[in-house]
Amino acid sequence: MALLAFFLRRLVGFVAVMVGVSIITFALSHVVPTDPAGAALGDHATDAQIKQFRAQYGLDKPVPQQYWIYVTNLVHGDLGLSIHSRRPVAADLHDFFPATFELSLTALLFSILIGVPAGVASAVARNRLPDHVVRVLSLIGGSLPIFWLGLLLIGFFYGRLGWLPSGSRIDQFIPPPTAITGLFTVDAALSGNTKAFWSSAQHLILPALTLGYFSTAIIARMMRSSMLEVLNQDYVLAARAKGLRQGKVIWRHALRNALIPTVTTIGVTFGSLLSGAVLTETIFSWPGLGRYATTAAISLDFPAVMGVTLLAALVYTAANLMVDLGYHWLDPRIRSG
Amino acid sequence: MVEGAGVLVPVPATSVRPRRWPAWLRSPLTVAGLVLITLFALAALFAPLLAPADPLKQVLSTRLKPPTAAHWLGTDQLGRDVLSRMLFGARISLLVGVVVVGLAGSLGTFVGLVAGYTGGWLDEGLMRLTDVFFAFPALILAMAIAGALGPSLTNAIIAIAVVSWPVYARLVRAQVLTLREREYVEAARSLGASTPRIIWQHILPNTLAPLLVQASFDMGGAILAAAGLSFIGFGTQPPTPEWGVMISDGRSYISTQPWLSLFPGLAILFTVAAFNLIGDGLRDAFDPRLHGKT
Repeated sequence: MALLAFFLRRLVGFVAVMVGVSIITFALSHVVPTDPAGAALGDHATDAQIKQFRAQYGLDKPVPQQYWIYVTNLVHGDLGLSIHSRRPVAADLHDFFPATFELSLTALLFSILIGVPAGVASAVARNRLPDHVVRVLSLIGGSLPIFWLGLLLIGFFYGRLGWLPSGSRIDQFIPPPTAITGLFTVDAALSGNTKAFWSSAQHLILPALTLGYFSTAIIARMMRSSMLEVLNQDYVLAARAKGLRQGKVIWRHALRNALIPTVTTIGVTFGSLLSGAVLTETIFSWPGLGRYATTAAISLDFPAVMGVTLLAALVYTAANLMVDLGYHWLDPRIRSG
Repeated sequence: MVEGAGVLVPVPATSVRPRRWPAWLRSPLTVAGLVLITLFALAALFAPLLAPADPLKQVLSTRLKPPTAAHWLGTDQLGRDVLSRMLFGARISLLVGVVVVGLAGSLGTFVGLVAGYTGGWLDEGLMRLTDVFFAFPALILAMAIAGALGPSLTNAIIAIAVVSWPVYARLVRAQVLTLREREYVEAARSLGASTPRIIWQHILPNTLAPLLVQASFDMGGAILAAAGLSFIGFGTQPPTPEWGVMISDGRSYISTQPWLSLFPGLAILFTVAAFNLIGDGLRDAFDPRLHGKT
């Protein structure tokens, strides 16, 4: 019952935030100096076409009414027409989202698989060599421009060694796997297409490493600090006093509790990966939302930019909502409180 | 007090207390960060004196030269001296950090003070507004704002400040909520001090420590964000020497002339790392729970 009440409260907050987000994207779309109707329909549009477009999107109505039409359209999945692709923005997002999702998910997996053990090792070996190494690497991860890291990786692994490709999702001579989920590696594995699987996996390595390094650093730092806190707790001392082996104390007793704050970090990190994807996708010519948004912003294709912004905010807020619920479920103290 | 010949002799506290460095300066890493920032600031300040060449001067006969005695960090695709461009680039990066933190910090502090002190519906409304801004992925929103206003350094600064202020608002509000119940604030109130006076003289000074920590981290964050925006074409425009623009210029030459991107990237890395080290040191010094733990 308490969980349901908590969920409903958070859901109301979620809706309120999304309304705020829609107001800001609406306001931004309306400070653009170009006429949205003219920009969307091009130079050769007739007056009648422009009039019809303005009526369809309510651009001939007072601003509050325009906002109402904008929100009504949003609720019906109509994000407007992309000036660049001349297609509905929702259709473009549908096509570009899987590439970004595959990249972000791989980067997040990489961050968790490296960041969590690194943070634990750092805390356990506090002030010794492994700790220093993890702390220096975390400091670098939190300080380097990811677009620069991407370039260096391309220069080394593609330019010098020739081991990995420099961009796109799959080799140009290999047909993409049959679309099931939209994630090339998953689709290739599901359809048993080994060639496409290896090619898409190879294409994923450098962008995922680039995008994931920053979040790995954040997760390792968080894990280290929460692990240090937990290792000083009485129940860990008691486990040690009972004669339990160090490995068992760490993995069975300390890690479970130290992971709780890290879960929050992981959730927030997933949302921010979308932001990092803008730069990563630009460098690696990755056909995802980030590259779509950049191209759209350069050509002042505001319906497209706002579509990506809205979707990114939706994913971020939904990820936070799920983290909150997961946190609530993981930590009995919060449930009882 | 010291014991001498069975008599307790009072000793003034100042005579026995050794001179100590401020807590945040006791970490060698923090000092390293401070030294690095001082060096970058001096390089930026004296760029016209230190730069061996005009950062905009093109000498096509010496294009794409590797680092030599004549050009310590090589030359770019238009024969411009990379070291000179980096020195002038430091001015822009540091300026972006200071201005963004100044703008976002001032706005966020003001909102946090008003929300925390007044409470009620205004507090609720302002905090929901920060929730909305937190929901936007910062770089995408900054890109949208910079795109709407037109690509330039000034608009990039405005865009980054717009996405950075909510964190200060939350931080200051949390501080104010605890400070406003303190006895000295009650005392000031009962003595008839006005609300602005209480906020300005009694509450604001006590929120400065966490603000300073956040500002140190944000200086680095702002420099990274501005370089990222410039890299994709929404910040500083060529031929102005800026580190993000320089990395972007060197993009096509990464396999053959890597120094074009390598050195400006290292400059960003060291500057941001230095601000992060200072932030870490300040946070540890201001948080008694962390003393001796990190």
